[in-house]
Amino acid sequence: MSINWYKYASPASFYFLAGKMIWYFSIAAAVLLIAGLYIGFFVAPTDFQQGEAYRIIFIHVPVAWMSMFLYVVMAFWAGIGLAFNTRLSSMVATAIAPTGAMFTFLALWTGAWWGKPMWGAWWVWDARLTSELILLFLYIGFMSLQAAIDDPRRADKAGAIIALVGVVNIPIIYFSVQWWNTLHQGASVSITQSPKMATAMLAGMLIMSLAAWMYSIAMILKRTRAIILERERHTTWVAELKGTKR
Amino acid sequence: MNWNSWSEFFSMGGYGFYVWGSYLVSVICIAGEIWLLSNRWRTLQKSLGQRVESTIREKKNEATS
Repeated sequence: MSINWYKYASPASFYFLAGKMIWYFSIAAAVLLIAGLYIGFFVAPTDFQQGEAYRIIFIHVPVAWMSMFLYVVMAFWAGIGLAFNTRLSSMVATAIAPTGAMFTFLALWTGAWWGKPMWGAWWVWDARLTSELILLFLYIGFMSLQAAIDDPRRADKAGAIIALVGVVNIPIIYFSVQWWNTLHQGASVSITQSPKMATAMLAGMLIMSLAAWMYSIAMILKRTRAIILERERHTTWVAELKGTKR
Repeated sequence: MNWNSWSEFFSMGGYGFYVWGSYLVSVICIAGEIWLLSNRWRTLQKSLGQRVESTIREKKNEATS
């Protein structure tokens, strides 16, 4: 089977493919969200230590995972755009940043609202919390730097450098709970150990994470389409869109 | 089933303020992102449509004059 993958590196063909795929990812996100919330609130049992407060986990862990994962994906595409001068890769990187920043904010927010009843503090200058806050600043820095540069290709390159330098923060966030003595609990899920929680709790968390994935993909595809139109508005293929379904 | 009544569900064993405080803000953020993005998309479609129409009109004018 030979598929010409290079075809989809062109913004025009990506535009049409993404337009079809957004619906599938949106529907998957909605279905998984409902299933995940149902399991999280109605199937998963009460935690013996934290009571019902632990139910924040079903939003906190998925958004925190996504905040880190999206940063790596953003830096990857920004780096590809920088190295190979592919327009579409840089557009995808730019499209990821707002969603990633939103998830980072939510990770901090839900963490604070979980920390208050459990630790007695909304915020502590703990290694995990501080490095996650730095992640938020990296996303904001990436977006403001790109917004400050008028020429989109130069903005792509400048953004790629900040994104790539910031990648060093991701392992720091992830391993912070092992490297430093922190208030934050250790990893909830690990490949080498069997899960430390009830199956229903784990299932709810994983389904909510999948929902966050599907949501992110849908939003990123949609935003990439908008960026493509904004940047390529003077090309003939965009002009020809008039009258066709878009 | 964990809950015997709706009031028990909303109180979350006394942690309702914190649990719903996190979920409410998450819902607001996600809905806000969807709203902002669809707004951006609509504005873009409108401006593109107008631009294409105006170029068509210009071409017609050139042809008739």
